[in-house]
Amino acid sequence: MMINSARPPDPTSAPLPTSAPHPDSAPHPDPALRADALTVTRGPRTVLRGLRFTVPRGQITGLLGPSGCGKSTLMRSIVGTQAKVSGTLDVLGHPAGHPALRTRVGYVTQAPSVYDDLSVRQNLDYFAAVLSPASPAAARRADVDRVLAEVDLATHADALAGNLSGGQRNRVSLAVALLGTPELLVLDEPTVGLDPVLRRDLWTLFHRLADRGATLLISSHVMDEAERCHRLLLMREGEILADDTPDALRERTGADTVEAAFLHLVDEAAARTGHSTEPTAQRTEGAKETTTR
Amino acid sequence: MSTTATTPAAPTPAPRPGATPTPAPARALSPARTLATATRVLRQLRHDPRTIALLVLIPCVLLVLLRYVFDGSPRTFDSIGASLLGIFPLITMFLVTSIATLRERTSGTLERLLAMPLGKGDVIAGYALAFGALAIVQSALATGLALWLLGLDVTGSPWLLLLVALLDALLGTALGLFVSAFAASEFQAVQFMPAVIFPQLLLCGLFTPRDAMHPALEAVSDVLPMSYAVDGMNEVLRHTDMTATFVRDVLVVAGCALLVLCLGAATLRRRTA
Repeated sequence: MMINSARPPDPTSAPLPTSAPHPDSAPHPDPALRADALTVTRGPRTVLRGLRFTVPRGQITGLLGPSGCGKSTLMRSIVGTQAKVSGTLDVLGHPAGHPALRTRVGYVTQAPSVYDDLSVRQNLDYFAAVLSPASPAAARRADVDRVLAEVDLATHADALAGNLSGGQRNRVSLAVALLGTPELLVLDEPTVGLDPVLRRDLWTLFHRLADRGATLLISSHVMDEAERCHRLLLMREGEILADDTPDALRERTGADTVEAAFLHLVDEAAARTGHSTEPTAQRTEGAKETTTR
Repeated sequence: MSTTATTPAAPTPAPRPGATPTPAPARALSPARTLATATRVLRQLRHDPRTIALLVLIPCVLLVLLRYVFDGSPRTFDSIGASLLGIFPLITMFLVTSIATLRERTSGTLERLLAMPLGKGDVIAGYALAFGALAIVQSALATGLALWLLGLDVTGSPWLLLLVALLDALLGTALGLFVSAFAASEFQAVQFMPAVIFPQLLLCGLFTPRDAMHPALEAVSDVLPMSYAVDGMNEVLRHTDMTATFVRDVLVVAGCALLVLCLGAATLRRRTA
């Protein structure tokens, strides 16, 4: 499905990350994310195995891979809510989870984390007050109105969040993350379960945010969304298979789509390590990554 | 945290237009954020009028019931009624808080809040403030009803009854917050009520004076906070002014509430598996 209108302007011609995607802003010397030997264990399982990657600023990086491959765990590590993280993980120049990052990083969990028994506006009012209690009420209200418009929920501002549809609640959750205009947005499957029109609108919004200078890390297990990202991190079983632009990936693997490229890389990796690509017990065991306990 | 920093004191990035969040450091307790949290909790309750009605009316109905159960012995109603004025807020706030915070943990909103510049103390104090306010309404109604309509005969000041009731409510909130950390579901959370509250109820002196119990049980009841809550109520019942025992009781209940609130704060983890 190529319904998007907001594809990045031919990323192959611009070798990254040295290129400046926005002529008005100077290229940023250090990346938004830098990971080295990043390992996360959950109980007896090693969920992330020595990851090493960087994510440039001001771009949309897609984090793709099958369910249970560690995407959510990686995102939780970046926002500092994941326990048992070792190795290096720098976010906007600070170690992940640093208190200074709490106003600079917006995070949307896979399941919408909003209060069902509050209206949309009351939800946003509360999170806005938590983010910037010192700013005047009028400024906070303007910020709330802005994010309501951005996720196209202005007409539902007074509806109880619990009465909204799943897709609408997802967008309330996204609106909370947009409060305060964070520099880095970490979005865990923000478009899952949405209709094609809404998905297109959200991707248009994501590109608008990136154009304004925000860095977005967006996870998905739907490969066609990969085409809409500037860069891709392909993950499988807790490891990074590839870290490149969509075009470069297709070129390197000789595939027509990112999906085909991904499958090619999986086979390649399997041939290297000599183990089968058949779904094994080890793979199915990586059940849903729930958030809190 | 095992994450190591390799970029020491990275230069702050040049602010981009439209990307400059107001710097808002996260302290353990910020009055504005605590107040915002308390307001949010009360707003949630306002969307649930049935819960408010149940919270406020059930103690009153039970007191009326009790009054006519002891129709022939008003002295017994005095003593049990006064004790219950302290026990109701503890039990109801325990239930409401344990479910509310469990929901906050399971819905992901707590994780979201702790990834924001919100202190753990803000969460705890916000809940304590909101449910404390609710407890004042509940206790005021129940106390007023008992004293002026049901003829509960109290020697001391009704304000002191209210003070103990409020502290009991805070203790209930604190215990609820704390046990919600050990409950993975609403089923489990509700089961903590008989586990945590019932033993205190049996040993607090409501059914039989504590000094008439088996010495071992009396010793146990000496370390349970509800015993002091009921003791305090009985002091107000019998004495015109604040006795030393009353002051001790109030301090013990307040101290326990504070201690358990701190324990509750310790169960809030920014990083979870």
